[in-house]
Amino acid sequence: MTPSLDVRGLAYAYPDGTQALFGVDLTIGRGERVALLGPNGAGKTTLVLHLNGILHGGLGEVRVGGLAVDPGDRAALREVRRRVGIVFQDPDDQLFMPTVREDVAFGPANLGLRGAELDARVRSALDRVGMAHAADRPPQHLSFGQRRRVAVATVLAMEPEILVLDEPSSNLDPASRRELAEILLGLDVTVLMVTHDLPYAAELCPRSVILSGGVIAADAPTPDLLADAELLRAHRLELPFGFDPAAARR
Amino acid sequence: MGAGHAHRLHLPGDSPVHRLPPHCKLVAVLAFVLLVVATPRERMWAFGGYAVLLAAVALAARVPFGTVARRVVIEVPFVAFALLMPFIATGEKVTVLGLRLSEDGLWGAWNILAKGTLGVVASVLLAATTEPRMLLLGLERLRVPRLIVQIAGFMLRYGDVVAAELGRMRTARASRGFEARDVRATGVLAKSLGALFLRSYERGERVHLAMVSRGYDGRMPVLHDIGATPVQWTAAAALPLAASLVTLTAWMGA
Repeated sequence: MTPSLDVRGLAYAYPDGTQALFGVDLTIGRGERVALLGPNGAGKTTLVLHLNGILHGGLGEVRVGGLAVDPGDRAALREVRRRVGIVFQDPDDQLFMPTVREDVAFGPANLGLRGAELDARVRSALDRVGMAHAADRPPQHLSFGQRRRVAVATVLAMEPEILVLDEPSSNLDPASRRELAEILLGLDVTVLMVTHDLPYAAELCPRSVILSGGVIAADAPTPDLLADAELLRAHRLELPFGFDPAAARR
Repeated sequence: MGAGHAHRLHLPGDSPVHRLPPHCKLVAVLAFVLLVVATPRERMWAFGGYAVLLAAVALAARVPFGTVARRVVIEVPFVAFALLMPFIATGEKVTVLGLRLSEDGLWGAWNILAKGTLGVVASVLLAATTEPRMLLLGLERLRVPRLIVQIAGFMLRYGDVVAAELGRMRTARASRGFEARDVRATGVLAKSLGALFLRSYERGERVHLAMVSRGYDGRMPVLHDIGATPVQWTAAAALPLAASLVTLTAWMGA
């Protein structure tokens, strides 16, 4: 089966000369949930922005569901941006339309959907995150946790091949954090989750990779990875006080 | 913080005026204002006539007169100059209450005050009966350039976000003992504004990134199609039509 995501030898330097990625190889199979861990400045965001062709121009290759990300080919790029659904960290950046319904409709409408088909797509995406009741409200009137869920719906509405979440648990209170986890566990979609929240990774993602110094430094089942104190320390990752990685093995 | 006040000017309701499509109301208000401006200032009764028409609209829209009066205060800084005109304008002088005032200046002040107030009241009624969101759709429908409408839409969405950011910066300043006591505080305030500009600019970049990630290619998809029936156009035209009768009479009387 074609993997959802296939990154080979990806290297990238920003225009100012800062090299962020030094040859990243990563393959994620269809339906897998993978946590992308790494300290600040490891290149996580740079990698994510390559997945849908916003950043490009370095070496290597990215394929999404078999389709190569090629910034020169507009039609292919449009399809890649449908297949890769990125949920950014700050929902206020993600939700820019006057109402929740219009925001969720933005992506599919750009894909050319209209009328009843568009309405059905919006309704089903909001249902999947339990926010259908808020469809006509302006995003700024929702709680932070609700906004994050709507942000997930905005990309689910595009029926992505892979859902990419940037720090999904940041700034959430414990209840919102758990609600989001339940929603994510219920989705039938490939997930790549960028996070520092190791317990969240343990809860949601059977597999984790560590991006450190612009390369994939480790790739293992999450419980094994979290049990390796030496490895975590080498990459500035730490478990929260009192968390026992053995408890994550179920 | 700041949330929940997005529709400060809008009074939700279900009056015939509320139900009119936004572009009909926009055209009606614009036509009305043009007619008011075109009326000779010496025909004072005509302005009374316009005021009666607006009062009728307010009644039909069930917008309380008190609310309108409070909101008209917004024009004060703009008409302050008008109040100076009788004192500084030259020409024939007349004596009013023991003050020697310029006759030309008095007419000029009356002209600005009357026309300005009528225009503001018409806009206040438009804003009270139309959701900001619908106003934007109306503008789009009237073929105002998309870019302008998009910018206005983003202002609507992010006004509260930026205001909340400003509020947090104020709290952070105050928490570290800053008080804007005199002119020396301007430097600090200017730097805060600069920081706010940079933050908003960076947010703009992030929003653009999120838009591009969802297939944005420079055009906003049209998600609503608001249409207007001939009956609705006629209803909206009632105000400018009645006003044009007043304008015509005012000119013919000249």
